[in-house]
Amino acid sequence: MARRKILFVTTDQQRYDTLGCNGGTLARTPVVDALAAEGIRYERAHPQSVVCMPSRATMLTGQYPATHGVWMNGVPLPLDAPSVAEVLRLDGYRTALVGKAHFEPLLDPFLRFAENAQSRVGTTPPGGSHRGFEHLELAGHGSLGPLHYPQWLAREHPEVVGGFYRVLDSSMQVNGAGGGATDAPQVKVNPIDRDLYHTDWVADRTIGWLDSLGANEDWFCWMSFPDPHHPWDPPQSEVDRIDWREVPLPAGYTENASERERVIDDKPRHWRLWYDGALVSNYEAPASWVPATLKAAQVREVNARNAVECELIDEALGRVLARIAERGWAGDVDVVFTSDHGELQGDFGFLFKGPYHVDALMRVPLIWRPAQASGVTPSVVTRPVGLVDLAPTFCSIAGIEPPSWLQGTRLPSDDPDADSRGFDAVFTDWDSELFGVDVHLRTVVRDDVLCTAYLPGTVHDGTEGELYSLSDDPTQMVNRWADPAWRARRDDLIGALEDHRPEPRKPRLSLGAPV
Amino acid sequence: MGTYGRIVHLITHRASIRREVLIRRSAGAVWELAGDPARVHEWFPGIGSCSVDGDERVVALGSGQAVAEKIITLDPLQRRFQYVMNFPLCREHLGTLDVIELDEQSCLVVYGTDADPATMALTIGGATGAALENLRDILEGGD
Repeated sequence: MARRKILFVTTDQQRYDTLGCNGGTLARTPVVDALAAEGIRYERAHPQSVVCMPSRATMLTGQYPATHGVWMNGVPLPLDAPSVAEVLRLDGYRTALVGKAHFEPLLDPFLRFAENAQSRVGTTPPGGSHRGFEHLELAGHGSLGPLHYPQWLAREHPEVVGGFYRVLDSSMQVNGAGGGATDAPQVKVNPIDRDLYHTDWVADRTIGWLDSLGANEDWFCWMSFPDPHHPWDPPQSEVDRIDWREVPLPAGYTENASERERVIDDKPRHWRLWYDGALVSNYEAPASWVPATLKAAQVREVNARNAVECELIDEALGRVLARIAERGWAGDVDVVFTSDHGELQGDFGFLFKGPYHVDALMRVPLIWRPAQASGVTPSVVTRPVGLVDLAPTFCSIAGIEPPSWLQGTRLPSDDPDADSRGFDAVFTDWDSELFGVDVHLRTVVRDDVLCTAYLPGTVHDGTEGELYSLSDDPTQMVNRWADPAWRARRDDLIGALEDHRPEPRKPRLSLGAPV
Repeated sequence: MGTYGRIVHLITHRASIRREVLIRRSAGAVWELAGDPARVHEWFPGIGSCSVDGDERVVALGSGQAVAEKIITLDPLQRRFQYVMNFPLCREHLGTLDVIELDEQSCLVVYGTDADPATMALTIGGATGAALENLRDILEGGD
C-alpha cells in the first residue's frame, strides 16, 4: 500500500505578497491560489534566515542556523548534517532534488563541493545518494557554472548562453550593471526561448523523474525553482505580459526621498549607511550599487519582471501537477509550496536582501495542500510558523516518528491546532562577517509584534533594535524600539529572544566562499 | 563617508584572509609535507595533481583547469612558503604558508591569502581552510 507522496516546491527570494491568494494583484498565480483554496494557507510564515544557504539548510535539517551551523551564505552545510530527505529515503521513499540546492557554495573553482563536482558526473550521486537525494538535477540563476542546467544549455543550446545576465562582474562581485528599459540593476533582456529557461527546465526535469517511478512507489520530490531571485532576466517573449509603466509602486516604497530617508534614519544605522553606499556588509547585493540612486521607474520594472517570473513558476507547477494527475496520483500527493526568504523589491528604497528583518524579507509564502486522502479541511493559519517546521511536517505526512534532532514542530492545520500546540513565536537570526565587517541580528515575531535586537558589531554597539506593530504598521515604517509606551512589550520580547537559545554547533563552521 | 567609504573600497577590491590549524605533530614533520611544493595535491582538496619545475609550479584544479604559480619563498629554516598564482580571475595574489613550532610535539600552521578581487581571496582562502583541516587529519591520523 503506497503512502502519501510529497511534492515540496520552493522558489527563491519570493515575497509573500507576490501570490494572488496572499493579496497580490500583479502576478497571476491561479495554480498556487487553487492549492491554497484546497489546503492550508499560512499568513505568517518566516524563514530562520533571510539568505539562501542558511534557510535551505534549515528546511533540509529541520534545525535552526545556530545548530546546523550554516550561519551565512558561503558556509557549506557539512556532508554529515541531518537530512529529512535521508530519513524519508531510509523509510523507503524515492527521493529527488531538482533545481536549486545551494547547501554548498556556488563559487567553487576548485570544484571541491559535492553539489558542483557531482553535477559533472551525472544525476545519480556516488554512493547512491547525496544528503538523502538519490537523484539530483541542479540549476542556479544563470547559464554558467558546473551545475546540470548550465551544462545542458552549453551542450544543447550554446547559442542562448550569452543571453542571460552575468550574475557576477569581472571582479566576481554581484553585478550592479543595469539594463532593461530603466537601467535597473540586475535587469536584462534575455532572448531565450521560454522552454529553455530554467523555470521550465526544472519542471521538465521533475516530470522526467516522476515518469521514471513506478505507480505504487512512495516519493519525495523537492522541486526548487531558482526564480524570482535576481537577476531579473526572464524570457523576453514573456516580459510583455505586464507593462512595467502600469505597475503601481509598492506600499513599502515612499516616492518622496526626504520622507523615505526619514523612515530609514529611524532604523539602526546600517540601513542608512547602505542606502548611501557607505557600507556594504554582505555579499547579497551589488557592492557597486548605491540604493539612494534607485528610481521609481526602476522599482516598477523590477516588480513587473519579478511578477512575470512568478507567473512562469505558477504555470510550470501547473504542468507538473497535471502530469501527477495523469499518473493517477492526484489524490495521494501532499504539495507544500514556500520560498527561502523574501526580497526588498523597492521597500524603503532598496532592492535585494541583507540584514534587514522586515516583512519584505521575513514573510514568505507557505501553502500546504494535503492529499485528499488526509481529509484535512481547508483553512488559514494566522499564527506564526517557521520553515524549521517543514521537516517534521514531511515526517508526519510519511507517518514517520520525527527524529530527535528536529527542532521544529509539524505545521498546524488551523489556528486552534496552532494554539493547542504552542505556535506563538517564530525566530530569525542574521550573522554576517565579511572582510572586517560584522552584523548580528536576533528577531522574534510574537503577539503581532516584530522585534529585532542587535548584537555588537562593526556599526552597532548592541543597544540598537527595531520594534514594529504588524497590524498597525504592516510596512514597518515606525520603529517603536525607543518608544516608552512600548518598553514593556519590548523587554518581554527581548526576554523571549534570550530564552530561545538553540544548541550551537561546535566547532563553528568557516566561510568557504562568498556565496 | 570616511571610514565606511574605505570599507566599500576594500570589499570591492582586495582582501586578506587567514586560516590556521593546530596540528599535534612536530613542526618538522608537518613541514616535510606542507613545505614540499610538489606534494600539495596530497593534502589540498580540489587540487588533483601538480608539477614543479624550478620556481614554477602548475596545479590542476578539480575542474580540470591548470593554474600556473610562481614560488617566491621556500625557507625551511623559518618554515615559510610563499607563492603567487597566475589565475585569470585574480588581478593579484599572494599565498603564504607558515609552520610555527609551539613545542616539540605541536605546531600552528597558518595559511594567508591576499588577493584582488576580494571575492577570490575568500574563495581561495576558504579552500585553504579546508586544506589545513585535511592536513591535520592526515598528519594526526592513527591517533
